[in-house]
Amino acid sequence: MSDYNFAYLDEQTKRMIRRAILKGLAIPGYQVPFASREMPMPYGWGTGGVQVSAAVMTPDDRFKVIDQGADDTTNAVSIRTFFERTAGVATTTKTSEASVIQTRHRIPEERLSEGQILVYQVPIPEPLQFLEPRESETRKMHSLEEYGLMHVKLYEDISRHGHIATSYDYPVKVEGRYVMDPSPIPKFDNPKLGDMAAIQLFGAGREQRIYALPPYTQVVSLDFEDHPFEASKPDHPCAMCGAENSYLDEVITDDTGGRMFVCSDTDFCEARQAAGNTGTMNGRDAA
Amino acid sequence: MTPLLSVQGITKFYGHHIGCKDVGFDLYPGEVMGIVGESGSGKSTLLNCMAGHLTPDAGAVVFDTRSDGPKNTVTMSEPERRMLSRTDWAFVHQHARDGLRMGVSAGGNVGERLMAVGERHYCDIRAKATDWLGRVEIDATRVDDRPTTFSGGMQQRLQIARNLVTGPRLVFMDEPTGGLDVSVQARLLDLLRGLVRDMGLSAIIVTHDLAVVRLLADRLMVMKDGHVVEAGLTDQVLDDPQHAYSQLLVSSVLQV
Ligand SMILES: Nc1ncnc2c1ncn2[C@@H]1O[C@H](COP(=O)(O)OP(=O)(O)OP(=O)(O)O)[C@@H](O)[C@H]1O
Ligand SMILES: [Mg+2]
Repeated sequence: MSDYNFAYLDEQTKRMIRRAILKGLAIPGYQVPFASREMPMPYGWGTGGVQVSAAVMTPDDRFKVIDQGADDTTNAVSIRTFFERTAGVATTTKTSEASVIQTRHRIPEERLSEGQILVYQVPIPEPLQFLEPRESETRKMHSLEEYGLMHVKLYEDISRHGHIATSYDYPVKVEGRYVMDPSPIPKFDNPKLGDMAAIQLFGAGREQRIYALPPYTQVVSLDFEDHPFEASKPDHPCAMCGAENSYLDEVITDDTGGRMFVCSDTDFCEARQAAGNTGTMNGRDAA
Repeated sequence: MTPLLSVQGITKFYGHHIGCKDVGFDLYPGEVMGIVGESGSGKSTLLNCMAGHLTPDAGAVVFDTRSDGPKNTVTMSEPERRMLSRTDWAFVHQHARDGLRMGVSAGGNVGERLMAVGERHYCDIRAKATDWLGRVEIDATRVDDRPTTFSGGMQQRLQIARNLVTGPRLVFMDEPTGGLDVSVQARLLDLLRGLVRDMGLSAIIVTHDLAVVRLLADRLMVMKDGHVVEAGLTDQVLDDPQHAYSQLLVSSVLQV
């Protein structure tokens, strides 16, 4: 660990990133450019999130990493190990115990509290990019609040599928001002973005952008009057813990087409099971 | 009567090279102005200066806004100008693909301006888009198809629908019939003439094609080397051109 500065990045770089974060917090939803550094991992592994985590981390922090809700994927384990080595910080899989949580694709089910920081890995920060590839133009659209195009995307969705089929990366408007891409979280998680007690920071490494939501920010999912936003999820209880209101992954259980739905948030599911909750596929239920 | 658009001393240089020089005219509500001239005479430069796509080096473009009356659009703030260009103004490009979103359905293309000004009811937007497809003679069953599956003439009609759906008062058109087959051109011209009359539109149409101005324009400006060499009522200029260059232009067309 002595080979590196604390949390890998040098202090100058961390200061530069912190300035970007502070600016992002001051203008919720606004994409702040920053000079992204090479990290000892590929871009797809969340280098933006890693740089943001490195910039906010202190030796006293307790760090958690989730990837699609799970703490034990290769990606999550690598990032957790990276900070154990380079910062020597304590780590945890328990949402409530973590002071900094880096995430890809999910917001924890458990309500976060003041003092916690949630860091998102963002592949594509620009919500307008899908229909307007010119960056000079999207920047102008943000500065002039010309967001009609965002609704064109939703319109296309409805005209093609009969309903708004966008289920990840669902665009939101922040404090009535900036339209923001919440990263590829399921739209089921969108309602958690708003009015959250924790600080939310978003880092895009390849695209060199940081944006942020300070605690208790108003976040509204875009929709039409006659096609209102719905935070949908598979209509099942969790097969392991019986939870009715958590986001579920479909899991193939055998090679004869057997499948079940289980919580994507493994910490949430395990805690519920430890507290005695069971679902239909849980061993204890059958016993 | 207040002119809808008052163009005063518009000058645009590209380096030392003249784009257009000291062009001025007034356009009254419901009037259609044609701008003709050979290639490179400055027609598009002038049109883009008027429509706010280019900033002129000198001159004013005063538009009679709904809320504040006559305002110089050259000096107004960019947000204000962009708001004008998606409400009271429309711009029809020569190449439909410059004015359409090719990856978006016909309905989405027409609906975009509605959504841009705040419409948030899907069924209303779709109904208005479908109505406009009908008005430009595109079958309602094509509402979910992308413009890439449309013919050149249909694409151009779609571009017109997309521009007119918010009921603009002034339409800028740069060679709207250029690049289309003659029979397709004729149909488009008929359609444009009907729309201009029915909606009481004011328009400025740039074209090479004297048949276009004969059919659509009340008044005509002839440009050469960035200057207006002759202006007047369309029939007068075409039937009795005064300037040598206009005479040449008219006679060369008659020979074709
Ligand atoms: N971006 C540019 N940079 C430099 N010169 C330009 C530019 N655009 C136009 N010009 C020059 O300005 C003059 C006027 O061009 P403009 O495009 O306005 O003519 P036009 O009448 O629209 O021609 P056309 O009928 O071929 O479309 C021409 O000499 C042209 O070469
Ligand atoms: Mg031209």
